[in-house]
Amino acid sequence: MGIKGLSAYLPNALFRNRVPAERAAALSLHRDQGVWLLAAAALTLVPHLPQLPAWSIALCTALLIWRSWRFWHGKAAPPRWVLPPLVLAVAVGIRLDLGQFFGKTPGLIFLAALLCLKLLEIRNMRDIRVVVLLCFFLQFGLFFNDQSMSAAALALVALLVTLGSQIALADPSSSTRERLKTGAALLALGVPFMLALFLLFPRIPPLWGIPTDTVASTGLSDSMSPGSISELILSDELAFAVEFDGPLPAPADRYWRGPVLSQFDGRIWRMAARLPKELPAYTPSGRRFDYRIMLEPHQKHFVPTLDYPAGPVEGVRFSLDFQTLTQHPVSYRRQFTFSAFPDTEVGLQEYQYPAMLDLARRLPIEGNPRARALAAELKTRTPQQTVGRILGWFSEGQFTYTLQPPKLGEDSIDSFLFDTRAGFCEHFAEAFVFLARAANIPARVVTGYQGGHVNPINGTISVRQSDAHAWAEVWYAKRGWVRVDPTALVAPMRIEQGLEGALDRGLPFMLRPENAWFRKARDGWEAVAIRWNRLVIAYDGNRQRDLLKSFGLDVFSPSKALGVVSIATALLMVAFYGWAQLRRNDGRIDRLDKAWARFSARLAPLGLARAPAEGPLDYARRLASSRPADADDLTLICTRYARLRYRLPPLRAEVDALARIIDTFSFKPSV
Amino acid sequence: MFKSSFAPVPNMVTSRIERLVATASEIILGKEYEWRLALSCLLARGHLLIEDVPGTGKTTLAHTFASLLGLQFQRIQFTSDLLPADILGVSVFERESATFRFRPGPVFAQLILADEINRATPKTQSALLEAMEERQVTSDGQTMPLPEPFFVIATQNPSHQIGTFPLPESQLDRFLLRIRLGYPDRAAERTLLKGQDRRILLENIEPVMSPAELLALQNTARTIIVSEHLINYAQALLAATRQSTEFFIGLSPRAGLGLIAAARAWALIEGRDHVLPEDVQRIFPYLAGHRLRLVSDGHMPGPDDLARLLQSVAVT
Repeated sequence: MGIKGLSAYLPNALFRNRVPAERAAALSLHRDQGVWLLAAAALTLVPHLPQLPAWSIALCTALLIWRSWRFWHGKAAPPRWVLPPLVLAVAVGIRLDLGQFFGKTPGLIFLAALLCLKLLEIRNMRDIRVVVLLCFFLQFGLFFNDQSMSAAALALVALLVTLGSQIALADPSSSTRERLKTGAALLALGVPFMLALFLLFPRIPPLWGIPTDTVASTGLSDSMSPGSISELILSDELAFAVEFDGPLPAPADRYWRGPVLSQFDGRIWRMAARLPKELPAYTPSGRRFDYRIMLEPHQKHFVPTLDYPAGPVEGVRFSLDFQTLTQHPVSYRRQFTFSAFPDTEVGLQEYQYPAMLDLARRLPIEGNPRARALAAELKTRTPQQTVGRILGWFSEGQFTYTLQPPKLGEDSIDSFLFDTRAGFCEHFAEAFVFLARAANIPARVVTGYQGGHVNPINGTISVRQSDAHAWAEVWYAKRGWVRVDPTALVAPMRIEQGLEGALDRGLPFMLRPENAWFRKARDGWEAVAIRWNRLVIAYDGNRQRDLLKSFGLDVFSPSKALGVVSIATALLMVAFYGWAQLRRNDGRIDRLDKAWARFSARLAPLGLARAPAEGPLDYARRLASSRPADADDLTLICTRYARLRYRLPPLRAEVDALARIIDTFSFKPSV
Repeated sequence: MFKSSFAPVPNMVTSRIERLVATASEIILGKEYEWRLALSCLLARGHLLIEDVPGTGKTTLAHTFASLLGLQFQRIQFTSDLLPADILGVSVFERESATFRFRPGPVFAQLILADEINRATPKTQSALLEAMEERQVTSDGQTMPLPEPFFVIATQNPSHQIGTFPLPESQLDRFLLRIRLGYPDRAAERTLLKGQDRRILLENIEPVMSPAELLALQNTARTIIVSEHLINYAQALLAATRQSTEFFIGLSPRAGLGLIAAARAWALIEGRDHVLPEDVQRIFPYLAGHRLRLVSDGHMPGPDDLARLLQSVAVT
């Protein structure tokens, strides 16, 4: 199909000069054109629903329904005075709801409302043009919030219908199928340009880091108090996904280290000051696991890593307490590549940082007296033995692992250790660290994720918020930091099989055994989504540079990259133009002529062959008057032929469609 | 007329043209086809020649045009003693300013009815025809543009009547179309005789369009799509007039340009955004009739001759 042929389907609306003198007069839309426009607007708005507040959804729905009602009853736009109060109401609503006008969400609310209002006030072609452009912009705006594959799919559907609505406007007689088909053809023509722009358009970090609203996000925080993790684990949201090159580490080794909490004020555990460096403070050794992690945005700095990562890694630094940190909060889905060395001995040089060990021994001066007494009682000669005794005390202490721990008293650790004896991982971890510190052994709480679900389809591990975990680390002289997980003693199944193995009651929906089919479907979806993330979302400035390098182009400045992308698109345009020129005379003309000749030949036995000098519409009239029963079919064929032949160069698909009709239509018995 | 449903010409343009045709048909009874031809001529920026015996509604047609389109109207009755200055205007000496000042003649109007043009002398005829072609008037070295839109409807009595100077071929070529009104059919004539005086009807008519809108419509007519295939067909028609042994001289390229322009206007009136061979066929007899001469008797070809010519050229 030629470019010229396609332009026949772009509405005149997009070419102002084609339609002069359209200004003042009212425009009457066919009902189905109105339906298409409404559908385009509705489909554009649907993916935005999660971002829009309830009042704006209600307003947009009401406006769309009003508009549909008016379309249906053939009414034109409502009087002009209706609109300004509505716009004002939206502005006031935004102000009251969000307290500000700037930012993505207020902008989206406003545009969504304006789209519905513009639909309402359609008076002429210009208004339709605005509606269509608004639809395009809102489809694009979807990616401010969500760049997932599902968002792209929804935007694509909306885009297709918007294009279809333009075709409906340009050619009211086209069928739904034709509209969708031509829309899809137009989209397909756009694909090479999209690819070129996607691959080559310069990624300028400050622009590309999409502005973040102050949104609450689920995930581990920089501090921990009793109950904070058990709240988190009710969330089924994906935290990150991991792909290993080679074998997976054993389930018991899948500890994903997040914030390390060293400071304790008697109630809340907090992170110590971090001084991240290029390289981690240890020498990696032993077994090695290579993996890529696709981290969901969590608005924090930490990157959960399998103990213990080797450096340097582009984009992250390593703190002295072995956290992996990014420079800016992770506000969009990011991908990192790490190597883990689980057998590394870490913390051997800790003598150089006495302050750190000091911090790991510090407890508030008062509080939890019974726990302190217990620690004094359990303390023996070596720290290792003391830790062993503390753990022994835990395993003999009839503790229960539960998601709904009873309320704790003023001295939370005392209350947990001696009264309730029922808790979640964070209770065990903090109680253990408290006891260790009370026995003068450096210890700290480590939060992060444990385990994760291995996707049977592609072998990736998805780690969700429900896999959040807290454990402990103690430091021994000459051995360094050693991971100790008291939860493993109380509920070993938690570590081996995940949460569902350890709890039988009060599981989150997705983890319940009867919902296994659901998990299977999710595995499939996530396998695809991970591919998408790896190919699309993770394509950033660095990978772009690598790609260009592999073509021998070393492009570092955005202006050079812009040059490259301009040249690429220009080349594409030239290629398209050449292709269109080549296809112009490739026999489509003959196909149409042949089909037209066949039509006349089919009618010849009835004495209705076309006279050589007879134009298609004259022929149609003659046929219709001689065969009233078939008048509709015959007229349709003739008018279609006339349009294809004497308008713009036809699309091959259209010619084929007409040829099919000509070859297959059947005469009705004459009455 | 056959209406195609797939016309993507903006609805309002078609509806306005329809109103124009409908209102006109109330006044000029039974002459819708001729009225459409005249309108095509106007939209194609051509000039119209009406040839017929007196009393067939030539003047009414011109009046209707002027009223419906809100055009400035001037009627010039051509007589054998009419001088060019009577049409174009004259420079008069003004005593106060001691200068010559140009007094514009009746040609400075948007719609001119040149009645019985073949009664004037060739000199006077050519003065008008030059103004028509150039759309400006030059007097004493001073050039003045004529108003826009500028449309001339000239009427001509059948040349065998006494006291006429028939227009030469070269002058006839200036008129895009030549139509004949002829006698109305029985039904139309009956309505005409029973109904009101056309002049009173005309006085009560409201303009359907402003001159500015007419100009816009003329521009729209130029954007009507003419495909390669249609050009092929038009060329085949032109070639047929040149190769035919029936005619002295074939149609000129200027006539070809006029054919396309008029066919575009016809398609626009039909509410289509592209020209079909039918449009060319509808226009052709009225475009070619006054431009061709039959070898057999030296007269202009009649409708039958032209129909035969159209029949001989296959639609491509």
